[in-house]
Amino acid sequence: MSSKLDIYTTKRRGRITNMLFTSVCFLATITCVLMLVVLIWNIIVQGKDWLSWDFIDHLPSRFAHKAGIKSALWGSIWLISLTALFSVPLGVGAALYLEEYAPRSRWRKLIQLNIANLAGVPSIVYGILGLGLFVRALQLKGSVLSGALTLTLVVLPIIILASQEALRSVPDSIRRSAYALGATRWQTVWYQVLPASLPGIMTGVILSLSRALGEAAPLIAVGALAYVPFVPEKLSDEFTALPIQIFIWTSRPQEEFHHLAAAGILVLLVVLVSMNAIAIFVRHKYGKKIRW
Amino acid sequence: MVDGSNPEQSLKMEGSEAAVLQLSHSSSLEKPGGLWYSLRPFYEGCIHFTLFVCASISILVTVGIVVVLLYESVQFFYDVSIIEFLTGTRWSPLLKPQHFGILPLLCGTMLVAAGSAVVAVPIGLGTAIYLSEYASPRFRDIVKPMLEILAGIPSVVYGYLAIVFVSPIIRYIFPSAGVFNAASACIVVGIMILPMIISLSEDILQSVPLSLRAAAFALGANKFEVTVRVILPAALSGIIASFLLAISRAIGETMAVTLAAGATPKLTLNPLESIQTMTAYIVQVSQGDTPTGTVEYRTIFAVGLSLFITTMIMNVIAQYILSRVGENYE
Repeated sequence: MSSKLDIYTTKRRGRITNMLFTSVCFLATITCVLMLVVLIWNIIVQGKDWLSWDFIDHLPSRFAHKAGIKSALWGSIWLISLTALFSVPLGVGAALYLEEYAPRSRWRKLIQLNIANLAGVPSIVYGILGLGLFVRALQLKGSVLSGALTLTLVVLPIIILASQEALRSVPDSIRRSAYALGATRWQTVWYQVLPASLPGIMTGVILSLSRALGEAAPLIAVGALAYVPFVPEKLSDEFTALPIQIFIWTSRPQEEFHHLAAAGILVLLVVLVSMNAIAIFVRHKYGKKIRW
Repeated sequence: MVDGSNPEQSLKMEGSEAAVLQLSHSSSLEKPGGLWYSLRPFYEGCIHFTLFVCASISILVTVGIVVVLLYESVQFFYDVSIIEFLTGTRWSPLLKPQHFGILPLLCGTMLVAAGSAVVAVPIGLGTAIYLSEYASPRFRDIVKPMLEILAGIPSVVYGYLAIVFVSPIIRYIFPSAGVFNAASACIVVGIMILPMIISLSEDILQSVPLSLRAAAFALGANKFEVTVRVILPAALSGIIASFLLAISRAIGETMAVTLAAGATPKLTLNPLESIQTMTAYIVQVSQGDTPTGTVEYRTIFAVGLSLFITTMIMNVIAQYILSRVGENYE
């Protein structure tokens, strides 16, 4: 009799723990979502009144009501275009080599491990590397060029890893049929593998560039934290960028500058969200076309 | 690019049927000739070499990091003894009298890393378990993209939120806290690394084979018992690896801690005080006009080297664990 009771109580206790555990896990999930909502709501409330065309079209200023993000926005556009120019061919090329050309050797494993680890190196370390390499050794100073080269180093491992993932998803039968028709390796890659993996590569590229757009630490390390009252016009010009401008405004004690920072963040987030939307769109639209 | 009479041209066409049609045509089965054809091995070799160079750049970057950091650090250690650097309890390279003990920076970094782990690990693990084991596919499809947004927010934005939003709340609860305090840095960095923990841990949980769950249910276990006694232990090593990666990210995190934690290198475990991390120190020096070639200037390379080594070790361990996940089911 008592053993029957035992089973009954443990069963009930089990049910209660089960319920408790489920609700704790659910609570954790809801907390994550709520945090996101609260954080973004906070930024919108703080920044929305300061967002105007003047804000986008004015140069930075000591006076909060006159300050704008023109030079920062253009600096960011310069940086991101140059970074894309450098990092996309390099990254996709490296991925192609590793996936399509490299023999499955220890050497390939070493490069692979190295790239995985490079992706985890803090971006400020790349900033120090840029400072030592581009700013000092190559004498590029705190120019747009050295900023973009530094950002290239930051995003390169991410682009390589994403492109490899995309290339790996192309089935081997495609390559074999191309070879069977007498295609060379490069023809196989260029006419068959690359077009098939392009949506995946594009998604990876856009996501890593949006990460580069938000980076401030490596740029500050290469010395981009100056007052820049002009739009950069050539590679050797000094520059500022949106995240740096946000950093400067946030680190000021006055309240108005915090509102300016919030408005700047809104601009940055709008750009980032639209980039992500483009990435999702590309994946959906062109991902469907290819069917094996 | 391709000479007209060659069978390669057919590959341009989309779809294999067109290619087959072209090939069966008699003219393309003739022995190919022409300049293009004889140059083909050379051309292919060039491409092979170019791509090889692209891949080698990753090795060069690593070599570059190590060389630059070591070169400047070695010069730094001519002026400052390595023992003082590793054991000194005061860090004030920019003020007279100068002290070069990295322990306060290390302590600040570890305080932020531990604090953010305290915030992120329970919430992250709970969310990962919920999404992987309990949530309906539809719920997961809504929540996962939202968490991706959280992951895509730049770190300077978290710094802003720490100062404008989190720090006032902390000061309201603990009036003794300063405007710049480690606690607000811990909280925002914790939120920052959350998506990483969730997505990695969820992948690991999903990779536990269904047969294990089915077997446990067949033995009469309920959902809680299956999750906690079967799935979690099976996924434990991978989950720990995801924690390691996230904590390594927290150690290297820069903008949020620079803004939130202040610039006071201090040996303290009190999260309400202002501290300084290794990354924040590098930013502080980069902001100023420290002349190149001086000891003060070289400190950032020495600190950068310490940071690089710390995160590298954690990443290598995590990668090693992750590469072995899944082996134990085979």
